[in-house]
Amino acid sequence: MTELVKHEPTTIYIKPSTGFTALNLRDLWLYRELVFFMVWRDIKVRYKQTLLGAAWAILQPVLTMVAMFFLFNKVAKLPTDNVPYPIFSYTALLPWGLFVAALNQGSRSLTSNHNMITKVYFPKLILPLASVLAGLVDLAIASLILVGLFFYYHVTPAWNLVWTLPLFLLLAIITALGVALWLSAINVKYRDVNYVLPFLTQFWFFATPVAYSAKAISEKWQLAYSLNPMAGVVNGFRWALLGIGNGPDTGLWVSVGISLLILVSGLFYFRNMEKTFADTI
Amino acid sequence: MTTAISVKGLSKRYRIGAAQTKFRYGMLRDVFVDSLTAPIRFVKSLAGNSNNGSSTKNNNFIWALKDVSFDLEEGRVLGIVGRNGAGKSTLLKILSRVTEPTEGTVSVRGRVGSLLEVGTGFHPELTGRENIYMNGAILGMKRVEIDKKFDEMVEFSEVAQFIDTPVKRYSSGMYLRLAFAVAAHLEPEILVVDEVLAVGDAEFQRKCLGKMNDVAQQGRTVLFVSHNMSAILRLTQEAIVLKKGQLIKRAPTPEAVDYYLASGQAESGERIWDAEDVPVTSAPFRPIRLRLKDRTGKVVDTVRSTEPVTIEWEYQLDAPVTGLRVGMYLNTMRGEYVFTAFDTDDAKQYEQFGARQAGRYVSCCHIPADFFNEGRYSLGVNASSFGVRRYFMDENALSFNVDISGAPGTQWPEVRQGPIRPRLDWKIEKID
Repeated sequence: MTELVKHEPTTIYIKPSTGFTALNLRDLWLYRELVFFMVWRDIKVRYKQTLLGAAWAILQPVLTMVAMFFLFNKVAKLPTDNVPYPIFSYTALLPWGLFVAALNQGSRSLTSNHNMITKVYFPKLILPLASVLAGLVDLAIASLILVGLFFYYHVTPAWNLVWTLPLFLLLAIITALGVALWLSAINVKYRDVNYVLPFLTQFWFFATPVAYSAKAISEKWQLAYSLNPMAGVVNGFRWALLGIGNGPDTGLWVSVGISLLILVSGLFYFRNMEKTFADTI
Repeated sequence: MTTAISVKGLSKRYRIGAAQTKFRYGMLRDVFVDSLTAPIRFVKSLAGNSNNGSSTKNNNFIWALKDVSFDLEEGRVLGIVGRNGAGKSTLLKILSRVTEPTEGTVSVRGRVGSLLEVGTGFHPELTGRENIYMNGAILGMKRVEIDKKFDEMVEFSEVAQFIDTPVKRYSSGMYLRLAFAVAAHLEPEILVVDEVLAVGDAEFQRKCLGKMNDVAQQGRTVLFVSHNMSAILRLTQEAIVLKKGQLIKRAPTPEAVDYYLASGQAESGERIWDAEDVPVTSAPFRPIRLRLKDRTGKVVDTVRSTEPVTIEWEYQLDAPVTGLRVGMYLNTMRGEYVFTAFDTDDAKQYEQFGARQAGRYVSCCHIPADFFNEGRYSLGVNASSFGVRRYFMDENALSFNVDISGAPGTQWPEVRQGPIRPRLDWKIEKID
């Protein structure tokens, strides 16, 4: 007890927040270590007591890829811009996997940690944020397979474009986090989210060019199609890794705009609902 | 002296559960209409950006705290007394920023720590070591701070040899000790102790109070909530009395405790429901009073384990009710159920009293001698028609102490585990 640091304690003012609360990013910064611990806990716990452990991070996209290969390439014979279908679909499955994880883990992040919310103070933003970041680790593991695929099919990555990959990854994170914020906050009050989720995931999957090429969409619908920010993310990944598609065009900027809109509105909605979480969860 | 906590005009409004209003008229039609209009209300409430989806019905709100103001100087230990539902826990929740006030402001100087929200964020799959870091981070500790106190915490928790075992393999005692070790080493400037929520055995609670005393000795500020007047008297210099969300008295502890006891709010083996205590949704059922009586018929708040006890619940039916059952839950203070029983559990009884005319009734039951173990128990009450409606429920209507002098095994001065202490027939034979 002697080593108790004699620092001047900070004074906290507690008062009812009115309207849209300030984002309080300062608190988020103060609790940055908790973000790290939550991500670490999510990853650590996710594959405990599973037979295959972290192999699931690879198996999930690979098995999806194999199924899609037979269905869309062998049976339906969809065009793939002259890229072997496994690589074509796998480059899309990587960001898609992150998005689905954010959708599933993120939307339940508040309700599954209700005992934390009703007992101690911390910026609740940490919970959906951590579940999105935990998805990144799965993505990193799963991308090892992509490297293997490049070798197997003797495909050369589009080296001149690969530097844009982090930017598209950021876009994927922004989109995933925005959606996770909305869904997790709604889920606190309306558990309907749990029922909507499978349907939403499936619908979104077909609205995103994961299994097929975005070129399959007719010219006049292209812009409307870009309203789905995941379309921008997936096209971007393919462009950066394989050099196919248009690269940054109007459609991409529409996707970026929508994505930011979802994130910013999600942040405000989340912050505004945050004060009622402990009472309604 | 500097002010550690300054509370000004603090109020907190809660919405009463929607389930109660939903069944207000107990009509199936309402339930149907309700679920059909649910999507519309959902969209409305999203658009309206707040949770007052039914702001038209203002009577659905209760004020858990109403206009509470007080200042507390640094280094003082303040007791908070009041009956269940007086707003004690709500006050602590606001101070620890778990929930927001509806009105008023609080300024708090320094970190607020709670001794009893132990094990928050503990994950059964993680090891003891991992959970210490996780839990510490949730409580707002920095990693270096945890590193520095890690050994001390492990020693305190007495689980050193299992520190790398997942906590799901821990006994509940080990789990609690580990969780408490983290909370106890948080060293906040302001410590909040809600003994009402205390879990754990008597030994563990003693440890909590001991730790709290240490903290107070070090000159830090402590807020202490308890139903145990002797603990309040022993550990605090000053106390506030809350009643129905309002601060009705602040005085040196002996005076505040006297006031509290004299005002008849204290649990005295009797619980009386005033008209305003009973939600309108309970109609036609209206609880009047619940009493705990000893063998001689005297109302008591401490019963002897070796004597039978009578529990008496008096209530009014303002209209005939069918299928009624009136009963109780008995819990230990740790929240474990001891039993649940209803007055019409017996089939013959149900035939005769399942349907009851309007009028005043007493449902009374006897608990035989040699039943309770040492400690404190909580009695909850419930009046319902099975599968139809719950009229009234209070999960903690009354609490009482049990004195075990003369009970089996008391010649050994030890704590006996378990909520009951039966006098069993033992036969000892020499067979060889």
